[in-house]
Amino acid sequence: MENRPLEYDYTVAKLFMYNAIFVGVAGMLAGVVLAWQMAFPQFNYILGVNFAEYTNFGRLRAIHTDSVIYGFVLSAVWSTWYYVGQRVLKVSMAESKFLMFAGKAHFWIYMAASVIIVIGLQLGITSSKEYSEFEWPIDAGIVVVWVLWGISIFGLIGIRREKSLYISIWYYIATFLAVAMLHIFNNAEIPTWIAAPGVGNWYHSVSMYAGTNDALVQWWFGHNAVAFLLTTPIIAMSYYFLPKESGQAVYSYKLSLLAFWGLMFVYLWAGGHHLLFSTVPDWMQTMGSVFSVVLILPSWGSAVNMLLTMKGEWQQVAASPLIKFMVMASTFYMFSTLEGPIQAIKSVNALAHFTDWIIGHVHDGALGWVGFMVIAALSHMAPRMFKREIYSKSLLGTQFWIQTLGVILYFTSMWIAGITQGMMWRAHDEFGNLAYSFIDTVVVLHPYFTIRAVGGTLYLIGMVMFAYNMYKTMTSSRVVEESELQNATPMGA
Amino acid sequence: MFHWLEKNPFFFAVAVFVVIAFAGLVEILPNFAQASRPILGAKPYSTLELTGRLVYIKNNCNGCHSQLIRPFKSETDRYGHYSMSGEYAYDRPFLWGSKRTGPDLMRVGNYRTTDWHETHMKDPVAVVPGSIMPAYTWLFKNIADVDTAYAEQLTVQKFFAVPYNTELPMADGSKVTVALADTLEGARASALEEAKVVAADMKDQAVKDAVAAGQVPEIVALIAYLNRLK
Repeated sequence: MENRPLEYDYTVAKLFMYNAIFVGVAGMLAGVVLAWQMAFPQFNYILGVNFAEYTNFGRLRAIHTDSVIYGFVLSAVWSTWYYVGQRVLKVSMAESKFLMFAGKAHFWIYMAASVIIVIGLQLGITSSKEYSEFEWPIDAGIVVVWVLWGISIFGLIGIRREKSLYISIWYYIATFLAVAMLHIFNNAEIPTWIAAPGVGNWYHSVSMYAGTNDALVQWWFGHNAVAFLLTTPIIAMSYYFLPKESGQAVYSYKLSLLAFWGLMFVYLWAGGHHLLFSTVPDWMQTMGSVFSVVLILPSWGSAVNMLLTMKGEWQQVAASPLIKFMVMASTFYMFSTLEGPIQAIKSVNALAHFTDWIIGHVHDGALGWVGFMVIAALSHMAPRMFKREIYSKSLLGTQFWIQTLGVILYFTSMWIAGITQGMMWRAHDEFGNLAYSFIDTVVVLHPYFTIRAVGGTLYLIGMVMFAYNMYKTMTSSRVVEESELQNATPMGA
Repeated sequence: MFHWLEKNPFFFAVAVFVVIAFAGLVEILPNFAQASRPILGAKPYSTLELTGRLVYIKNNCNGCHSQLIRPFKSETDRYGHYSMSGEYAYDRPFLWGSKRTGPDLMRVGNYRTTDWHETHMKDPVAVVPGSIMPAYTWLFKNIADVDTAYAEQLTVQKFFAVPYNTELPMADGSKVTVALADTLEGARASALEEAKVVAADMKDQAVKDAVAAGQVPEIVALIAYLNRLK
């Protein structure tokens, strides 16, 4: 009995995986609709003029951003946590009824909150703060969900057999702590029923901060929500899944140390780069700029560590779509974390801010780095959870190329759009008058908006292929033995 | 030290938290007392203006329009004086936005009229050929939520000492008092009075009829808010 390998329990990991795949497709579909709306405004009336209130860009925008961040990515993060956590801590969820219950409660309360959020946003119930649009009852619900995840993290750590915490665990802990702090401070708000019971909507609230302070807190949150939801847990994934899938040891422990602690310290300072040339004090703007540039070091530390992990094993990139996804993800991470600091330089930001270049930057990170890493992680886990091989390797490989093409079309078109518009906004004629009216700078973007919409559509097509592949993997592909599940993930033709 | 931390999750978590919280302590807290002071001429939102602000938020106007004019010639030429911190003292939440799919609206009240907004919201392309903004026809049908705006006014008065019913000095030397009603009925009545002024400049008969019947359509509140952005 004692000598048998541990049987891990993936009940909760599976639940989160289903949701990640479902919301991945749904959230990206919303994004694709938005992209087409910008190219062809009649898509605002996609369900007819009478429903335009619910299908217009303004309403759909938050549904897209929140569902891909908090639906797709966060579900995937939690799916990997309930998989990786057990494995690197050498303890099974089945060993603790309490942790199993907390894990299931974590999932179901999260699902309930998600449904309420989508309905609420559709109805226009929003606090207006980007990626933090929820009113106070939902904010409170999010705290409950987060605490349940914390119970799972520290509960599993508490009963662990492996005493030393693996690198991935560092990043999960950091994600948990930072997002908790950011969420609570950014959503400090006073429900209006306290001062005015029974008057107006009971769920309405007023921000604790006004104007410039509100902006500061919001972008301290907004920037670091990106850091601690779209970066640290994804690094956690890459430190686990790339070595596992490739059979290679992580290139450098010391580099991972430097990158981790460096990222922890530097990231939080950089939020000010969202507020350059605003009414925020100048020294803060400068700190935002400077630390954004410093941020290249820890970001590239992780990315280089990943890429060098493949040293001497580059033939695997050609052989395995999973390795392709992960190597491309790390490459996009390097690319995106170089682009970000460039945009944070004040003179560049003067041009780039408020334009589509920022949207391009977000998406080369989100689609290229986060999306690809998540796809690789889910593909690695599924055969081990469901004891079946990946249904189709060729489908996964085709998906990779379609999505890569999609990302490239997306960010190149948005670069051109952003820089074009930024240059036109500031152009003066020989008498010193503005050379273009605002609408001139909108009309000129039409071809780039169209290319972007095509790129986004390609990525969505890849996601649908992925969903189909995963569905077949879970239900009907060849059953595999435990011995086939060592490193490279088994795949059908 | 790191090896030790990796075997002691509690201290590891504490260390991580201290390292990530540090920037917030240094960067964000010290500014708080200073930056929220109103500038001369700033005044709180009236009931109808705040109602319109809620309509603006509900429809995510800030998703495509900024309210932040940067100190560049090209921006001040286009939108007016660059933004100053004290102008935002009564903005909860701030509505700077992060993307200009459409133009900045910080001072839109200086150069657009009720009539312009009404026509534009019904059919943007009719006013601005080539515009990619959708028509906001439902604003003409939906009735605005004056009650919640009033609850918000009471909240900011109570918790943040926003100076309603107080004489405030303006930049030109005059004094302005923004009234806040004692009762919900009073607030509704004062919002309706403001709405009548806006509706008088509008063409839509259904909107005029609604205001005459004592209701405030969303479009009226929104235009009242946009007109006050100066």
